[in-house]
Amino acid sequence: MSVRRLADQQPASFAFTPENEERCEEILKKYPEGREASAVISLLWLAQKQNNYWLPKPAIETVAEKLGMPLIRVLEIATFYTMFNLAPVGKFHVQMCGTTPCMLAGSDAIKNILLKRIGEQSQVTQDGVFSWIEVECLGACCNAPMVQINEDYYEDLTAENFEKLLDDLAAGRPVTIGSQQGRVTSEPADGLTSLTSLYGADGRSGPLSALAPNQS
Amino acid sequence: MLEDKDRIFTNLYGFGDWRLKGAIARGAWDNTKKLIDKGHEWIINEMKASGLRGRGGAGFPTGLKWSFMPKPDPARPSYLVVNADESEPGTCKDREIMRNDPQLLIEGCFIACFAMQAHVCYIYIRGEYILEGQRLEAAIAEAYAAKLIGTNNLHGWPFNIYVHHGAGAYICGEETALLESLEGKKGMPRLKPPFPANMGLYGCPTTVNNVESIAAAPDILRRGAAWFASFGAKNNSGTKLFCVSGHVNKPCNVEEAMSIPFRELIERHCGGVRGGFDNLLAVIPGGSSVPCVPAHEMIDAALDFDTLQKLKSGLGTAAVIVMDKSTDIVRAIARISYFYKHESCGQCTPCREGTGWLWRVVSRMAEGRAQKREIDMLLEVTTQIEGHTICALGDAAAWPVQGLIRHFRPEIERRIDQYAANPHSEPVKDFGVAAE
Repeated sequence: MSVRRLADQQPASFAFTPENEERCEEILKKYPEGREASAVISLLWLAQKQNNYWLPKPAIETVAEKLGMPLIRVLEIATFYTMFNLAPVGKFHVQMCGTTPCMLAGSDAIKNILLKRIGEQSQVTQDGVFSWIEVECLGACCNAPMVQINEDYYEDLTAENFEKLLDDLAAGRPVTIGSQQGRVTSEPADGLTSLTSLYGADGRSGPLSALAPNQS
Repeated sequence: MLEDKDRIFTNLYGFGDWRLKGAIARGAWDNTKKLIDKGHEWIINEMKASGLRGRGGAGFPTGLKWSFMPKPDPARPSYLVVNADESEPGTCKDREIMRNDPQLLIEGCFIACFAMQAHVCYIYIRGEYILEGQRLEAAIAEAYAAKLIGTNNLHGWPFNIYVHHGAGAYICGEETALLESLEGKKGMPRLKPPFPANMGLYGCPTTVNNVESIAAAPDILRRGAAWFASFGAKNNSGTKLFCVSGHVNKPCNVEEAMSIPFRELIERHCGGVRGGFDNLLAVIPGGSSVPCVPAHEMIDAALDFDTLQKLKSGLGTAAVIVMDKSTDIVRAIARISYFYKHESCGQCTPCREGTGWLWRVVSRMAEGRAQKREIDMLLEVTTQIEGHTICALGDAAAWPVQGLIRHFRPEIERRIDQYAANPHSEPVKDFGVAAE
């Protein structure tokens, strides 16, 4: 368990944008009548996204009212699930995976860079650009070590390419999402060992190859 | 070696087209109507005969699970819930299915729902998988547009499917916690019985299956139970996605036949262990919840449920975490203990308090700052947690520590001696692992 509390300083109010109001209606349609509470995580997530990736108290109240749930029920959701940031985060919020598979692959080096460049966990840099936190397994273990920055995974990190990634983000240069060493997903580096009859050894020369790396 | 023609996940790496057109070219949705026409019972019997054991970790036979669902009752609709809350450390297979071959999963959901006479399916995907969730939503929209699914579809079985995302809680991978979370509550596991097949989502009959089990179902039915059962040892049949991470030259996901020997898997697909097999220290063969197995026992062992159980470990999710001799094994296990401390939902006292206790003691031991008698005390505490909690998270926290003591006791003792020879008053290093 982790102890999670709301931030000391809270904005006065929160309201969904008209676009997000529509999105809320869409989400609510997924669940049977009378089961609106099911949408609570999705709505809180939407609120967090709208509010620069952190969840203020007025947003929690708005969601509670919208779903007809007691405030405490929504508050306990917001504090139970660790993806809800209860205090402001940087423009680029780095979630560094430090669980054993990433640790074996060298996440300590990544952590040291974050400590050096950004400082302690859960603190936003003075310019408001970066913040970071160590999280538990993000499920990309074959591409360890890895971080999630805002919504995107950055994988196959080394001290060098991670420094460069942070530089590029800070300078507003385009970055590659996913592997930083040119892998498409979680295939073995330098050449397939299976599915070669479909895609060729390089993945791009078989009868079913359709790639475009990082196809959208 | 498993041949490409026998692989189910033919776009595992995303080199092909993930959209509906590409999936159909690879054989998805091929004459699904014919399977549906054979009836509910045929599908369930075929799944039982195939010997598919659940791919989410526990290895419960999928066909048998499906057969537990009661007869349909209009007042209490049945549900299928797909567990895509993939968070077991080491495991990253379902992610590849959802982003690279989502139609396999959607077709599987449709067939499974038909077999259990359910009309609605929820896929509970972990919140961090944002791209994967978007892919899945896009794939579902394509399937609706092609009338493969929906209230009025080509196959004549009304079926709706929804993606629901979580928000970062490992415990929601436990099936009843997942249902609680899906109902809009904290993810705290329920006491069983009643089992979800009787009282699941919204109090209705529900089956919860792993992504890989469901996605494999259409291929199994099309090719026949005998085909699937022809791979692997008896009782461990089929093909399986292995996620190999840690100290191998080329970590990767790969689909192989069950019961493949560890050495063969690593040599063929992962470019060997870093520094050669002589440099292997230990392996965690099934995700962080299972005990580690030392090198000499592991190298020629078959990777399947029964063999690994005999080695006092387990296949779990087939997330093979390889550790070479450079590994600080005590610290590696301490990090796993921290994981369980962080992810305990806090409902049961032995787990809530015990996981933190394990973490603190193992972290101290990683630096040798303990008494030798504490090793036995630690072991005793793990047995007080194991089996004394509502869900298996308590067990999962206890087992890695038990594995460590079983196989690496001399290493812990060596560190204790080393520290005792040169004690100091620096704070324990890894206690600062999280800001809380």
